[in-house]
Amino acid sequence: MSEKEKRTLGIACVLIVLAALLPIVDQGYWLSIGVSIAMYTVLATSWALFSGPTNLISLASAAFFGVGMYVVAGGIDLMPYWILVLLAGLAGAILAALVGIATLRIAGVYFVIFTLGMAELVRQIVVWGQATLGTQAGLYVLTDFTEELIFWLLLGLAAIVFFIGWWVGRSRLGFALRIIGNDEMVAIHSGINTARAKVMLFVISSTFAAITGALVAPRWSYVEPTIAFSPFISFQVVIMALLGGVHRLWGPLVGVIPFTLLWEVINSNFPTQTTLLLGISFLLIVYFIPHGFVGLIEDMAARRKPGHG
Amino acid sequence: MDSVSRTVTALSVSNVTRNFGGLVAVDAMSFDLAENEVLGLIGPNGSGKTTMMNLISGALKPNAGEIRLYRDDITAAPANAIARLGIARTFQIVRMLPSLSVLENVAAGGVFGHDRRWGPALTNRAMDVLHQVGLDGSENNPVSTLTYIDQKRLELARALISDPRVLLLDEWLAGLNPTELQTGFALINELRAEGRTIIIVEHVMDAIRSLCDRCVVMNSGAKIAEGTPAEVLADAGVITAYLGDDDA
Repeated sequence: MSEKEKRTLGIACVLIVLAALLPIVDQGYWLSIGVSIAMYTVLATSWALFSGPTNLISLASAAFFGVGMYVVAGGIDLMPYWILVLLAGLAGAILAALVGIATLRIAGVYFVIFTLGMAELVRQIVVWGQATLGTQAGLYVLTDFTEELIFWLLLGLAAIVFFIGWWVGRSRLGFALRIIGNDEMVAIHSGINTARAKVMLFVISSTFAAITGALVAPRWSYVEPTIAFSPFISFQVVIMALLGGVHRLWGPLVGVIPFTLLWEVINSNFPTQTTLLLGISFLLIVYFIPHGFVGLIEDMAARRKPGHG
Repeated sequence: MDSVSRTVTALSVSNVTRNFGGLVAVDAMSFDLAENEVLGLIGPNGSGKTTMMNLISGALKPNAGEIRLYRDDITAAPANAIARLGIARTFQIVRMLPSLSVLENVAAGGVFGHDRRWGPALTNRAMDVLHQVGLDGSENNPVSTLTYIDQKRLELARALISDPRVLLLDEWLAGLNPTELQTGFALINELRAEGRTIIIVEHVMDAIRSLCDRCVVMNSGAKIAEGTPAEVLADAGVITAYLGDDDA
């Protein structure tokens, strides 16, 4: 097992280094796609850390992403960028803890709607705050960050997410979450503090979304609520994670890459029908590959290895 | 028996009441469970036995009364804290963790409960308990491959792995065929021989007669009799509760 883990770690390191070489190959179109892929890899993988084992579908990614972005946008003239990134993570963690505590008793579709509504609420608060403070609709984030620096930062964050995900997966916390996802009643009577376990993982997951927002802010340079808190972000994260598969750490990545490319094609060829096509692809994914690409791959592997069980 | 005065009380239920709206499911129940004792909790359908189990394990909270586990007052404690203090249970309808292997299903009970382990110590302990309930060799299988009796064994193993101070078996023998029943009896008798402290909720009267030291009989949420199995099963009130009487 340890040998296998070493090999997996080795492969992961090689892939990260290879990915880091992308800016050398191309500085334009493909680098910008690379930034999108890195950004959604962090968002979808961290989303799946919580939603995979618990089966609680959160549509709040945009809320945490937007909060992270706004912490940077609001403070960029006041303090160094790196401190703002940490503050963004902290703000995301606090918001996630509050949301987690508020949603402990709700499950299934109620949790989905709550998180969607919460994201909208945060957006409205930001809009209201800006109107009250009398500033313009958006904020400028002016830095000298290059696209490749942003790409490397996001790639580094993705590496951290994978490491944390691997660590959680083999920890007591990860085991507790898998038990909760199977049967919460059994979990409680086995001595698991289900509330604490769920909130902890939701906080970990959401902190990454907030930091992602903080890292992406310099790229967008102009931040306004409709973009930063766009529900599209939340939906895309869910679709990508489900497309890949949420029961393996690397599952979401397998969904992020093809979907980002597909999204680029849709956006450039059918700019007025993006919502329609997003909806259709969501339906097709859920209908035809309910367990994601990972499920397909593992089914095929299982079929090739007959006589099991 | 003069030894009775020297026994330690493991669990004590005093004046516990639980309502669901206007329905009194458990009505001022009181009984004690001695250490190393196997107590049968019996009564007709709907008499409140499962509610009583849920009150002890913390799935439900009483509206009045007090429940103590040794020195600890667990009346208001959350269910996960009660599990940590040493009450483990099985469920009336078997609850498996379908995406986990047999070994992981057992291990689930041994990480966060009364007796806690992790890593190789957890795996070793899980294997021991699987052996004890007779499930050796199936540890890496998915639970969907298990027969009904094996699922029951697995649930028992998940409860036993944390070495609970009190074990609650809620109709653990229900639905077994006569051969499986013999296996089930043998398993519970082994636990009894180990000196485990157990409450059994059961409809199978043979089980009550052969496995229990003492019985508490419930009807309409209240205790109507208490004593050895032979005593309570001969009690006129108990017979009436089960079979009805002429002017009912």
